[in-house]
Amino acid sequence: MNKKNIRNPEKIVDLISIEKSFDKIRAVNNVSLGIKEGEFFSLLGPSGCGKTTLLRIIAGFEKPENGDVFINGKNVNSVEPNNRPTNMVFQNYAIFPHLNVSENVGYGLRNTNLNKDEIAQKIEEALNLVGLEGYHKRASSALSGGQRQRVALARALILKPRVLLLDEPLSALDKNLREQMQFELRQLQKSVGITFVLVTHDQTEALTMSDRVGVMFNGKVDQVASPEEIYNKPQTKRVASFIGNMNFFETQYLEKNSKTISVCHKDLGNIKLLKSNIFGDDKSKLTIGIRPENFKINNKNGKKQSKSFNAKVVEKSFMGDTMLYGINLGENDHHTYRISISDIKNTPSPNIGEEISVYFQEDDIVAYFEE
Amino acid sequence: MKKSNKIFKVIVIFFLVFLYAPALLLPIFSFNNSKVISFPLSGFSTIWFEELLYENTLHNALFNSLLIAISSTILATILGTLVARASTRYIFYGKKISITFILVPLILPEIILGVCLLTVLIQLGLDLNLWSVVLGHTLLITPFSTLIMVSAFNNLDISLEEASLDLGMSSFQTFRIIILPMVSPGLISSLLIGFVISLDEFIIAFFLTGVEPTLPVYIWSQFRFPAKLPSTMALGTILLIVSLILVSLFEYFRRRMELYNYYSVGLDQN
Amino acid sequence: MYFSEHNKKGWRLLGVPFIFAIFLLAVPIATMTTLSFWTQDYLTLIKTITLDNYKQAWFQPVFQTLFARSLIISLTVTFITILFAFPIAYYISFYGGKRKALWLFLITIPFWTSYLLRMFLWKVILGYNGVLNSFFEWLGVITEPLTFLLYNSNAVVLALVHGWAPFAILPIFVSLEKIDRSLLEASNDLGDNNLSQFFRIILPLSMPGVIGAVLIIFIPCIGDYITPKLVGGPEGLMIANMIQVQFSKANNAPLAAALSVTSLLIVGIISLLFVFLNRKYLRNY
Repeated sequence: MNKKNIRNPEKIVDLISIEKSFDKIRAVNNVSLGIKEGEFFSLLGPSGCGKTTLLRIIAGFEKPENGDVFINGKNVNSVEPNNRPTNMVFQNYAIFPHLNVSENVGYGLRNTNLNKDEIAQKIEEALNLVGLEGYHKRASSALSGGQRQRVALARALILKPRVLLLDEPLSALDKNLREQMQFELRQLQKSVGITFVLVTHDQTEALTMSDRVGVMFNGKVDQVASPEEIYNKPQTKRVASFIGNMNFFETQYLEKNSKTISVCHKDLGNIKLLKSNIFGDDKSKLTIGIRPENFKINNKNGKKQSKSFNAKVVEKSFMGDTMLYGINLGENDHHTYRISISDIKNTPSPNIGEEISVYFQEDDIVAYFEE
Repeated sequence: MKKSNKIFKVIVIFFLVFLYAPALLLPIFSFNNSKVISFPLSGFSTIWFEELLYENTLHNALFNSLLIAISSTILATILGTLVARASTRYIFYGKKISITFILVPLILPEIILGVCLLTVLIQLGLDLNLWSVVLGHTLLITPFSTLIMVSAFNNLDISLEEASLDLGMSSFQTFRIIILPMVSPGLISSLLIGFVISLDEFIIAFFLTGVEPTLPVYIWSQFRFPAKLPSTMALGTILLIVSLILVSLFEYFRRRMELYNYYSVGLDQN
Repeated sequence: MYFSEHNKKGWRLLGVPFIFAIFLLAVPIATMTTLSFWTQDYLTLIKTITLDNYKQAWFQPVFQTLFARSLIISLTVTFITILFAFPIAYYISFYGGKRKALWLFLITIPFWTSYLLRMFLWKVILGYNGVLNSFFEWLGVITEPLTFLLYNSNAVVLALVHGWAPFAILPIFVSLEKIDRSLLEASNDLGDNNLSQFFRIILPLSMPGVIGAVLIIFIPCIGDYITPKLVGGPEGLMIANMIQVQFSKANNAPLAAALSVTSLLIVGIISLLFVFLNRKYLRNY
C-alpha cells in the first residue's frame, strides 16, 4: 500500500480504496471517492448499503481495515474524531439534554482560546444563522424536532469545520418540515460556503439539494455525478431502478456500428442505441430502459411518430399534475409498463381497455449489458 | 371485573398489613415505659432512647459500621461502574463469562461467602479487622452496583458521547462534562443501595470482624440480654426511620435516572 | 450502543474488578473446596487428602437431618411466598393503574430495614411472654401463653415468609408487566373467558418471573443463619448454624467447608432443576 501523506488538494475529502467489515459482513467494499471543496455532496442508497458507515469513517468513528482517508490533503487514518476538521450532525441530533441551547451551541468552543464575550458573540451569530434568535436559555427538553436539528447545525457550524457531515438529518421530520428544511439547508450551505456531505435514502432529497450525488449499493459506489446526470444517464441498472421509475426491456443484439448499437425487441421493433448511453462491459444481452415520462401517446387519427408501437391500457391514475398509465404489450405479455404524461391537456386520454399507439425517442434510452 | 378487583385489593391490603405490622412494634415498645416487651402497655417514656446515648460500645459499633459502609459502597460503585462501562460500550472476548462471574455473589448464600473469605484470610495469615469486612462487603455490593450502572449507561445514548468527541472534546472532557452528570443519578443510587446493604449486613461481618464489631454484630450480641431489649427496640426504631429516608432518596434518584433516556433519543424519533 | 471496534479497551476497564472478583471469589471458593478435603486436629490442619469430611456430611444422621430440614423449610417458604406473591403481583400489574410504582415502593421498603431486627421482632412477637401471647391474654382469649409459637420450624417458616415475600413479588410483577395486553384482548376475542385465559396465556408467560422468584427466595433461605438461630430453637436449626458451629466452637473448619460445598451443590442442582423445568414447561406451550 503506497501511503502518501499529501494528496490531491483539490478534493477536500479523498477516500482511497476504503474497506470496512462488521462481523464478516462487508459494509464498505473498496470505495474510492473524492469530494470537492465547497460542494454539497450526497451519499444516496437504500438502508444497509454502507453510506452511514462511510460517513462515520470520514468523521473518524469507524476505522477502515484497508484504505486511506485524506481530509484537506492530509492522511487522517490515525487521527481521532476530536482532532479532525470535520463536524457531524447526528441522525437523532444528539443534543445534550442537561445543557441549554446556548451551552449546546457553544460546546465545542470550550477548547478554544476565546474569552466569554467572544464565545457569546459567536453563539449569537450561529443562532441567527439557523433561525433560532433568542433561544439561548431554552432548555433542550423544550425543543421540537426541527428546532433540535437547527441547534445541532448551529453547534457544528460554529466551529467552522472544513467539512460538515450530516447523517440522515431530515428523516425524523414530518413531510412539510422536511421540504422546508431541504430548501433551507441548501441556502445555508451556499451562504457559509462549507463542504456538506449528506447521507440519505431519500432520492428526492439527494437530487434536490446536491451538486453531486454518489449512489451506493451493498458497500459499493455505483455512480458519482450531478443530479441531472444521475437521473438521465444512470450508469448501472440498479441506479436506474432506484432513481425515479424505469421501464426495462430485454432485447436481442443485432449489430454494432461506430457510434451506435442496434437491438431488436419483439414489440418495440428495431432500436438504434447511442454508444454513450450504453453502460457496462461487453456481454451478450442488452437490457434497455425508458423512463415513463419518455413514452408519449400518438393521436388516434394523426401521423404516427417514427418509433411507435401498439399497447393496451390496463391501468389509469390521475395524480393531479400527471396522468399515469399502465400498459401491456402483445398478447402473452402480462408485465405492466408505465407511462407518465405531464402535458395532460394536449395528450389523448385513453381509457382502460383501449388500444393505443405509444412512441419514444431513441436518444432517451439507456442500456445495460447483462449476461 | 369489579368484584375480582375488590378481592385482590383485600388480599393486597391484608398482605401489606402483615408486612408492616411487626415493624410497627418497634416504635410502640420503644416508647413503652416497661422493661418487658408485652401487652398491656405501660405508658409513654423516652428513657430507652436516653439509654442509647450512654452506650459507648454502641457508638463504637455505629462508627465502625459507618466507616465500613462508606468505604465499601464507594469501592463497589467504582468497580461496578467499570464493569458496567465495559459491558455496555465494548465488545471483547470472554465478555459474557467474565461479567457473569462478577455477578455471582448475587446467588451465593451469604454464609458460604463468609466461610470462604474467612478461610482465605486465615490461610494468608491476615488479621481480621474492619478492612476484611470492607473487602467482603465490596464483593457483595459490586454486583448490585454493576446492575444499577448498566441501567444508567444504557439510558445514555452513545451518540451523545460521539457528538462530544466530534466537537473537539477529549475523552476525559467528555467523561467530565457529558457522561458523569448524566449517570450521576445512577451513581448516587448505587452509593445509597450499597450503603444500606453494608450497614445492615450481619453474616459476613460476623465472620470477618475481629475485635471491632459492626452495628448488626453489636445488636446481635444485645439479644442475649433481656434487660437490653427495650433499648434495642429504640435503636431499631431509629434505624427504621433512617432506612425509610434512605429508601426514599434512592427511589427519587432511580426515577431521575430514567428521565434522561426520553430526551436523548429525540422527541420526534419514530 | 457500542463502540463498534472489537476492543481491548473493554478488558482494560474490566481488569481491576475482574481480578478483585478472582481473588475474593474464585480463590476463596477454591480454597474452601481444598480445605474440605483436609482434616483439622484442634488448631492445626492436616493437609492430606481425605473424603472423611464428606462421609460425615453426607451420612451422619445429624447432618442429614439438618440438610433435609433446611431443604424442606426453604421449599415451604418458597411455595408459600409465591402462592401469595402471585395474586399481589397480578393485582398491581393489572389493576395498579398509575399508582403501580407506589405499590411496589411500599412493598419493597421493608427490604431496606434491618433483616436482623425484622427476624428478631418475630422472636419478640411469638415468645412465651411475647407480644402475641400477652395480647391474647390481655384480651382474655387464652389463660396461659401458647408455647407452640416459637422455637420450632414453623416459626422459622413464618419469619422467612415475612422476610422474603417482597422479593417474590418483584420478578413476578416484571414478567406480568411484559405480557403484551393486546395478546389478552386477542384471546378474549377468540373466545377465552378470564379463567381459561389465565391458565393458557398469563400463567405460561409469567413463568420466567416465577422461576426467578423461586431462585431469589430459595437460595438465600437455605443458607440463612439468623432466622433459625433466633426463632428456630433446637428443632428449627438449619445447616448454616451447623456450619458456623463447626467453624468456631468445634474447631473443625474442614468439616464446615465440606458442609458448605455440599450446600452449594444442593443449591446448584436444585436451581438447575428449576431452570430446566421452566424451559420444558414453556416448550410444551
